[in-house]
Amino acid sequence: MAEMKILTKFIDDPRSNELEFYESVHGYDGMKKALSIAPEEIIEIVKKSGLRGRGGAGFPTGLKWSFIPKDIPKPKYLICNADEGEPGTFKDRKLIENLPHQIIEGMVIGAKAIGANKGFFYIRGEFNKGIDSMQKAIDEAYAKGYLGKNILGSGFDFDLVLYAGAGAYICGEETALINSLEGRRGHPRLKPPFPAVSGLYRCPTVVNNVETFSTVPHILDKGADWYSKIGTEKSPGTRLFSVSGHVKRPGVYEIELGTPLLELVNDLCGGMLDDVPLKAVIPGGSSVPILTAEECKTANMDFESMAAHKTMLGSGAVIVIGEGTDLVETTYRFARFYAHESCGQCTPCREGTHWVRDLLHKIKEGEGTSADLDLILSLARNMEGGTTICPLSDACVGAVRPTILKFKHEFEARLKDKAGKEEEPIPAQTGV
Amino acid sequence: MSYQFSSQSVARLDKLLEMFPDKRSVILPGLYLLQKEQGFVDREGMEALADKIGSPISLAQVYGVATFYTLYNKKPVGKYHIQICGTSSCYMRGNDKLEKHICSRLGIELGETTSDKKFTLEEVECLGACGYAPMVQINDAYYENLTFEKMDEILKDLT
Repeated sequence: MAEMKILTKFIDDPRSNELEFYESVHGYDGMKKALSIAPEEIIEIVKKSGLRGRGGAGFPTGLKWSFIPKDIPKPKYLICNADEGEPGTFKDRKLIENLPHQIIEGMVIGAKAIGANKGFFYIRGEFNKGIDSMQKAIDEAYAKGYLGKNILGSGFDFDLVLYAGAGAYICGEETALINSLEGRRGHPRLKPPFPAVSGLYRCPTVVNNVETFSTVPHILDKGADWYSKIGTEKSPGTRLFSVSGHVKRPGVYEIELGTPLLELVNDLCGGMLDDVPLKAVIPGGSSVPILTAEECKTANMDFESMAAHKTMLGSGAVIVIGEGTDLVETTYRFARFYAHESCGQCTPCREGTHWVRDLLHKIKEGEGTSADLDLILSLARNMEGGTTICPLSDACVGAVRPTILKFKHEFEARLKDKAGKEEEPIPAQTGV
Repeated sequence: MSYQFSSQSVARLDKLLEMFPDKRSVILPGLYLLQKEQGFVDREGMEALADKIGSPISLAQVYGVATFYTLYNKKPVGKYHIQICGTSSCYMRGNDKLEKHICSRLGIELGETTSDKKFTLEEVECLGACGYAPMVQINDAYYENLTFEKMDEILKDLT
């Protein structure tokens, strides 16, 4: 199988980040079209294309844009979420570093659609190369009249400001990101009100992912029908998957949605590292339920197939795990990540993530008992399903519980009481 | 004596204050400027930042933000701040072994700074480079697909 490159067609060209090169490959054509039509028409095209947000939740993009109220006197804001940080996910970084103009173009289209005259590019603070690449592209776009006042004489104004986060995974959650942009701690907000009604500076706001914005210019340029024919009926288009773990060629791959998971692993990624057998795959970032090697055989990379396997495409991060991997250790490290990144607002998350981490640490050190394993599962039930403001504690549960249930023998093998029982002498028959 | 921003940083702060509808948004980029100037953020610097942004922003608000985010160093670090990613994808590609290797090369434990103040080594959570593991961030740059040999070369170049 081959990749289906739409967003990433020119990503490997050494000049892909330059404005002149981007223009030479039909760059900004989609924006020019958008500037010549009505906002409602742009939203209609994006709706018709079936594009679903690429940040993790998969919410239809056109529908999200249509929620912005039209006739209110407040300014409207558009934000690009470039705070990529889910363990396993590294796809957006490539788009930011190599194709920044594609993102800017998508943002101008989105801004026109919702009537926003100001936008922010919120990028994770560690991505220094991306920050430089993006700032350079923004400056170039201003100089060329693609940003700023009266873009290309269309009468539409749009200013774009780059804003660096400062190391908090939670700021990838849209309301935490908004708080961070307002100069606050990245604490998620209660919803409703949703950002579409009351977001940044309490004004109507749309937040979309880097890959979502990168897709929009192609839809405007080539049409909704063209796009909706790619992929599956409910998951149209291509998607970028970042593959890590035990494969020969880890990296970012753009494939048609609906492609079998094992084709991605075996064909594009060159199969398993050192030819070890496949043990499991986490198909959409650390927060989504793990698939066993057997389940992987029937899983396709689209929203429907993943739902049928009781997992998700999430942020497009495929973590491939080979035989011989210590799943107790990897699960502990995931839990440690969530404990570290919990913002601390809600008790089930603040206490739960830390507790789960500590219990897994105990188990991995051979000091745990079966009661600890049961306690993790009990805690998990209290950390999910709306007991917290945002889904970070649900994400921790997603990273821990399915692995414990599907690979229980590995966790049980590490328990102290099990090892102890095996060593206990059989009591002598006393007889009565 | 209270902290004094350089004239260059003051000019940048003035520009930032015009860029946002609410000047509170300047806290995060302002802290970055402070860190760029002295390598870390401290109380005096935060106080100066709060004063520069002006009422109603107080030191408490700047401090609350600085302590929430991990990229602001709350104490001085070595000239080269080595941050090794410890999350699972990196673990699966041997970050634990690399970590031990760096510790032994530098003669320090995780979280410590070498006695010549040149290197600080810390383990951090996901740096978003999972496909290029194991990896470290040293100051502003990522170093990926590391082996012991590559790491030795990098450390040698920085010494």
